[in-house]
Amino acid sequence: MSDTVTTPARRRNYLNADYGIKSWLLTQDHKRIAILYLVSITFFFVLGGVMAALIRVELATPLGDMVEPDTYNRLFTAHGVLMVFLFLIPSIPAVLGNFLIPLMIGAKDLAFPKLNLGSWYVYNLGAVLMVVALLRGGTDTGWTFYTPYSSTFADSEVILTALGAFVVGFSSIMTGLNFIVTIHRMRAPGLTWFRLPLFVWAHYGTSLIQILGTPVVAIAILLVAAERLLHIGIFDPALGGDPVLFQHLFWFYSHPAVYIMILPSMGVISELITAFSRKRIFGYKFVAFSSLAIAVLGFLVWGHHLFVSSQSIYAGLIFSVLSMLVAVPSAVKTFNWTATLYQGSISWQTPMIYALGFIGLFVIGGLTGTMLATLGIDMHVHDTYFVVAHFHYIMVGGAIMAYLGGLHFWWPKITGRMYSVFWSRISAGLIFFGFNLTFFPQFLLGYMGMPRRYHAYPEEFQILNVLSSAGATILGVGYLLPLIYFTWSMRYGERASDNPWGAYGLEWETSSPPPTFNFDEPPVVTTEAYDYLAMRDKRVA
Amino acid sequence: MRKNVPLFPEQASTLAGEVDALYLTFLGISVFFGLLVAGLVIFFAIRFRRRSPDEIGRPEKAGILLEIIWSVIPLAILLIMFAWGAKVYVEAFRPPGNAVEYFVTAKQWMWKFQHPQGNREINVLHVPLGQPIRLTMTSEDVIHSFFVPAFRVKADVLPGRYTTVWFEASKVGTFHLFCAEYCGAEHSVMGGDIVVMNPADYELWLAGRDSGPSVVASGEELFRVKACNTCHRPDSATLAPILHGIFGEEAEFQDGSTQIVDENYIRESILNPTAKLVKGYKPLMPTYKGQLTEEEVLQLIGYIKSLASDATESQGTVPASGSPALDSDEG
Amino acid sequence: MQGESNEAWGLAHHFDSYDQQREASYLGMWVFLVTEIMFFGGLFTAYIVYRSSQGAAFALGSHELDITLGAINTAVLIGSSLTMALAVWAAQTGRRKAIVGFILATILLGGVFLGIKVVEYSAKFEHHLVPGPNFHWNGPEASGVEMFFNLYFLMTGLHAAHMVIGIGILLVVAVLAWRGAFTPENHNLVEGVGLYWHFVDIVWIFLFPLLYLLGRNIQV
Repeated sequence: MSDTVTTPARRRNYLNADYGIKSWLLTQDHKRIAILYLVSITFFFVLGGVMAALIRVELATPLGDMVEPDTYNRLFTAHGVLMVFLFLIPSIPAVLGNFLIPLMIGAKDLAFPKLNLGSWYVYNLGAVLMVVALLRGGTDTGWTFYTPYSSTFADSEVILTALGAFVVGFSSIMTGLNFIVTIHRMRAPGLTWFRLPLFVWAHYGTSLIQILGTPVVAIAILLVAAERLLHIGIFDPALGGDPVLFQHLFWFYSHPAVYIMILPSMGVISELITAFSRKRIFGYKFVAFSSLAIAVLGFLVWGHHLFVSSQSIYAGLIFSVLSMLVAVPSAVKTFNWTATLYQGSISWQTPMIYALGFIGLFVIGGLTGTMLATLGIDMHVHDTYFVVAHFHYIMVGGAIMAYLGGLHFWWPKITGRMYSVFWSRISAGLIFFGFNLTFFPQFLLGYMGMPRRYHAYPEEFQILNVLSSAGATILGVGYLLPLIYFTWSMRYGERASDNPWGAYGLEWETSSPPPTFNFDEPPVVTTEAYDYLAMRDKRVA
Repeated sequence: MRKNVPLFPEQASTLAGEVDALYLTFLGISVFFGLLVAGLVIFFAIRFRRRSPDEIGRPEKAGILLEIIWSVIPLAILLIMFAWGAKVYVEAFRPPGNAVEYFVTAKQWMWKFQHPQGNREINVLHVPLGQPIRLTMTSEDVIHSFFVPAFRVKADVLPGRYTTVWFEASKVGTFHLFCAEYCGAEHSVMGGDIVVMNPADYELWLAGRDSGPSVVASGEELFRVKACNTCHRPDSATLAPILHGIFGEEAEFQDGSTQIVDENYIRESILNPTAKLVKGYKPLMPTYKGQLTEEEVLQLIGYIKSLASDATESQGTVPASGSPALDSDEG
Repeated sequence: MQGESNEAWGLAHHFDSYDQQREASYLGMWVFLVTEIMFFGGLFTAYIVYRSSQGAAFALGSHELDITLGAINTAVLIGSSLTMALAVWAAQTGRRKAIVGFILATILLGGVFLGIKVVEYSAKFEHHLVPGPNFHWNGPEASGVEMFFNLYFLMTGLHAAHMVIGIGILLVVAVLAWRGAFTPENHNLVEGVGLYWHFVDIVWIFLFPLLYLLGRNIQV
């Protein structure tokens, strides 16, 4: 980690290797494709955020007096669909994973570069379908598309949105397939499985879910579209169909999909915690295998979404106990992160602030998740704001905190520039505070019995809703700041050295930004993961 | 209470206290672990903050024992909570034997109730205090969900089949009823009130209005009007099975399979009679799909359930609350 | 999919060796087939659920299918897997014309399969057995029989769509083979398509008994 900048301005790197719109749209470089994804998902994050803002404004008063009920239903559906399918699922894998996995394993690229570029186009094709649906008035089924409402009763653009989700699913499958093959076949000499960064382990688990789960929801969504389009009733009770079968097929994917959103975050956090403690992670193998355990167990718990859906009591018991099991690997990760801090050399850089914030929010999200898995509690809080608060603690407090933390950590590597330390700390603080103010009151609302997807509500719920809306305003400002200072830094930011944080990892051994084929010399790995002692010895020598 | 700004819902059923005890215990455990982790993180982050730019952390050996401890302890706690939660859940979905049956039909966007005595209500349900009440519910269109926060009960209401939920109100008052499963444009106003009354007041309330025929009487009337009684006779099993006393018993079918006769089976037999042919009979019965409303099907089921096993003419008396005629187990 | 790694049908820039490239390409194909299994798996699940709840109707439905045509199609498809395997063998041993010949034979057999499928579909159409507003059933269990035909058309339709895609890819491979794009060292595309073709074949091996044979023993 030399502090002398090796004149990066004149160095050839992946950003200045070629110019022009064609060099971007037809690129097969995983780093450029990551940037393409970054642009796309940021757009949809902002769009989904606008929907969220409208929802919170509406809920500031109990009467539902801003928009029509039907409009409100289309708003929360759009918010859910955009955020889940177009932002959260691709966020960390398609941007950070795409950029970093080849760098971290010392490869020149992913195994199938054209497939990688193709996945971005497929993603955008699906996104266009969804946007067209939105422009034609949107969909009002909720992102869960429950039948028979979605298949027979809804009078909105269900088919287009469903096809959009179907198509986007394939981009997710392509990414997962690419990662699995890459991690198996492209590792640098000496980089054994147990020397892999935990970020890579987490993405391996994520990819398994992507290739196993996504096809099932694809077929379920296709059946809903077929039912609307061709009037063949697989889920229609009038034809002897079973509407609950859809819920099974849907959650068979969509519960693991939650782990598609949170597992990569856990990988990011493992990297941040070690880098800013300058210390090998506590219990490497436990953290690595807990990723796989979560990926596998995640497939066995979908029924906990159906505790009150007329599922048999015995099924409820089995799914409840399995859901308890999946909490254990998550707890193991949390405790290992905490133990890693012990006797570390802890630096309060912005990415670390995100990482520490993540631990706090993830603990709340996880513990309330086990409450929901408890049958006796779920039958009261199922489909209430308690659930809304819980999954926002996981997906926003967890996944987005980690995504932003990772972006702040690897931004110097991605762009070769530093961003404002002051503003980034302010924004991290605002996001942490605003997030809690937005979603903590929703736990209370949920236990008091406010159901989700309500456009109007009894007036005794108002105070907590106003608090939540106020928090959302702060959260919104917090999210806007990085957009501004990141954009600013691309042109005016201080140039970053190759390893500005003094962190361990192959990605920090190449230049910032990296050359097109990642490494000038093919790397050979001789040390264990996160071996900061060896790294220091090497530098001294 | 409802005009204030409460942070905790009222307890108005026998179940509410149990759910709350479970919840508050779990909350206590969560707060303990949450503060433990947060405290450690903050303490370590300050205590071990970086003192010089080149400093690195001091690696420790992996602690297998520690890993085992922090896997096993959470697992043990979670399994205990699972067992406790399961106990409450099983209780909530297994009605006691003396529960009185009310019928619920949901549709976009209203709740229709029928008392066993025949009274019908929309979006408001009056119930007596201290009486276990079992709801047999179905939907005419999409999936809805019956949710009374003060009772801590919730159950989805599905089209094409019956689901049940039960409660015993423990507090006089008016409580919110919500639809908890998203069901379309007016989902958020598909609610109403559950009015809990003292039993004496409830009797007065029932008496003070024209109740119409009871569920069983309406069912019996339908049984005649739709000419069910030409084949299903109490005294002859030649054309069709005798329906007296079949409820809760096992029926045997043409292909040798068997099934306990419950609400869902009777419903199927009325709407799709050839789906399961009782052994020894020909598929003569026409379907009544489209000729009966969901409420009428429920009335027929109520009537068939009321038929005593000894094929005596037990017709049409209005059963009192908790009458044995309405008793049923879960089959 | 195989093409992704094969720039100019040589060694792609990001691979170190042909071995690495070939292993990556096979693993990619296998992973892809896993996703395909999960894709069909959703439909098989629906089939199992409804068969168990409406067994009698499904038996009635399967009596309406033409077992002779189904059996012929099974044989045709197994034959096409043989020619496909021979095409892969030809690629491994570097026989350019043999590759083209066997692939064309595979395409021909695939075409025969689809032709017979068209005959079957149109017969169902004439008998008003296509689900939807025109569905008509003169017997008991109308809704269950319609559910059977829902699943019949969805499952065989999805399978036929895979056949059409497979034939399209095979045409491209045939042209490439004619131009001499494959060598004994580098013929990943032929092997990959071969795996895909066998997979589609195996799906039919499951579809045929589930849809045509099961329930035939029950007299209705």
